[in-house]
Amino acid sequence: MGTRRDFLKGVIAGGAAATAGAVALPAAARETRSRPPEALGLLYDGTLCVGCKACVAACKEANNNPAEFSTVDHLWDTPLDTSGYTFNLIKMYRNGTMDAKDQETNGYAFMKTSCMHCADPSCVSACPVSAMTKDPETGVVGYNPDKCIGCRYCVAACPFGIPKYQYDSPTGRIGKCELCRHRHKDGHYSACAEVCPTGATLFGRTEDLLAEAKRRIAMKPGELNRFPRGRLRPAQEKMLQGQPDGKGERKRKGWRHEPDQSYETPAGKYLQHVYGEKEYGGTQVLKLSGVNFEKLGMPNLPPDAAAALSETIQHNLYGNLIMPFAVLGAMTWVAKRNVKPEDESSDKEGS
Amino acid sequence: MANHQHAAPAPVGGSLVNIVTLSCGVLIALMAAILVVRFLFGLGAVTALNDGYPWGIWIAVDVVIGSAFACGGFSVAMLVYIFNKGEYHPLVRPALLASLFGYTLAGAGVMFDLGRWWNVWNMFWPGSINPNSVMFEVAVCISLYIVVMWIEFSPVVLEQFGKRDMKKKVSKAMFFIIALGTVLPMMHQSSLGTLLVVMGGQVHPLWQTPALPLLYLLSAIFMGYAVVLFESCLTSTAYRRKLETPMLTPMAKIMLGILAVFIVVRLGDVIVRGALPKAFAPSVEALMFWLEMVCFIAPLILIGAEANRRNPAKLFLAGVLLMLGGALMRLSGFLIGYETGGDFNYFPTLAEVLVTAGMFAAEVLGYIIITRRFPVLPREEAIH
Repeated sequence: MGTRRDFLKGVIAGGAAATAGAVALPAAARETRSRPPEALGLLYDGTLCVGCKACVAACKEANNNPAEFSTVDHLWDTPLDTSGYTFNLIKMYRNGTMDAKDQETNGYAFMKTSCMHCADPSCVSACPVSAMTKDPETGVVGYNPDKCIGCRYCVAACPFGIPKYQYDSPTGRIGKCELCRHRHKDGHYSACAEVCPTGATLFGRTEDLLAEAKRRIAMKPGELNRFPRGRLRPAQEKMLQGQPDGKGERKRKGWRHEPDQSYETPAGKYLQHVYGEKEYGGTQVLKLSGVNFEKLGMPNLPPDAAAALSETIQHNLYGNLIMPFAVLGAMTWVAKRNVKPEDESSDKEGS
Repeated sequence: MANHQHAAPAPVGGSLVNIVTLSCGVLIALMAAILVVRFLFGLGAVTALNDGYPWGIWIAVDVVIGSAFACGGFSVAMLVYIFNKGEYHPLVRPALLASLFGYTLAGAGVMFDLGRWWNVWNMFWPGSINPNSVMFEVAVCISLYIVVMWIEFSPVVLEQFGKRDMKKKVSKAMFFIIALGTVLPMMHQSSLGTLLVVMGGQVHPLWQTPALPLLYLLSAIFMGYAVVLFESCLTSTAYRRKLETPMLTPMAKIMLGILAVFIVVRLGDVIVRGALPKAFAPSVEALMFWLEMVCFIAPLILIGAEANRRNPAKLFLAGVLLMLGGALMRLSGFLIGYETGGDFNYFPTLAEVLVTAGMFAAEVLGYIIITRRFPVLPREEAIH
């Protein structure tokens, strides 16, 4: 006669499981991750960019990507946005008469679009098969097509709209900037920074780049200042470089030796905001601009990464499968009491 | 005693060739043709997918909504085996069958959408899996659940082919399979909601909340009952059988109880997060939100009174409304309220719609064939 009692047991089992989940939630929140200490990245300074798109061409070459056309005559590589075949693009902001550079009204400005290499990337958290990974040392967010199942959850998850898929191919891959990690072993760094004629795109350790960015936003607009080009070398490395044939530098990181390419130019009018310093827990690519970042297509993001919240929920519900097994245990216990008579009866009734 | 006197399940019988099955066949053939093009030339050849909307209706409708529609088996099994409500036992097999098809096809549908489907084994490969990924949890749970449901349903097949020994063996472990069959859907139906969390601010505040797992779980349960109302009324009418109203009336009451809890959580969450003003903005999202709310609240008015719950037409309508409400909430979260910025637009192509239609046609056709040839529905004494 246990119907009502068993019903109550079911309610209690379900209730206990739900409570366990609710109580566990705040207990083990996963904090937003920060950049690894040796994180590599880029500093893009929109005030130095002249929009020559040498970086776009170099990126295509370095990644062996085909040209994409948006004009009738198909003469030049003219992608309108990053895509599965274009990992880096310089976009232009225009307003009114476009009188002056880095001016919001009646002006224009440039912005680089490429992977930000987040400290706590949504794409890496989203990827079910670890095809998207973050290097624990360099922090580079890399992609492995041999694992990728093409679900495009990374495309949907990224707040910057960076991973892109090749929809036109039956074997389409995800395409995104990997900071030219395939060139690092030969001593080359990111092609975009390597070719940038004005140092608008600078490669280096994010920590050094952040210090450089802060140095720049503190400059007086119009004042003559020295700006590095190519790869940003930290102070101690510059000292070592004074030694014969820059051995110290090569030993430190294995980058190819380059002469100092820095030059002097008047400082731009910077917004007091290093984009990427704090957004989503920080990114390894940092940006400076004279025009509001949102106007240039960079989203306004909170300091906490969505991945942290998503993984907090995921692990509190399923961490070590404690909750599922607890609920399964309760359900099995109740089901064992309830299922038996039904099967016997259906056996009797059957055929 | 939980042993209620019910007629044993028996095949409905009758012809398999009629206007409904033929239409289903045509839709399935069209789907197959489109899929050939898709696998030869890529997703772009048949879909309107783009990098602003990497997921279209094959995910939002076929998988997210489709699997919620397939929660009847889970909802009814909970009622019968966990809450020991034996009086609903005749509803178990048909509900389970509908779920079986819904999930199996949702699983197949995912494969159509995967751009690199040949790598899918990585989802189960210990060296590749990413337990941080909500998608991983969803995929593993759904795969397991499909297997579990086929085992749950296997007595029907074994019974038909007279394999009584085997059926007995399966029956011995059935309590555990049934328990698994309640836990797994709870896990992945909630996680289908959690899928949106990592998308952050790209999902409109009316649908982006840490309460997503709870909202998706509760709605999946009442949608499960709603689908049973829908399917039971439809089957009875189509096969000219006696309506199952005496069972549906009390079940609808349970459904309304869960619905009420859901509405409190849904509205409470929107208010607590301060997202309510967004519901009064002149936007498509606000309109979608209120459409969804109407579908959730109307059934409370429609069949809130016991007398109205005895009216099969009202039960059917309430079921349809709740299916629609749950579907709208999912569609808004995954597509309408999803915005990556930039000039991206998505509207499904005819080919995408036809594949989705083909999937649902396959479910209907499978349901008809199996109920006519296998012992799923209770034996009917009336002439037909």
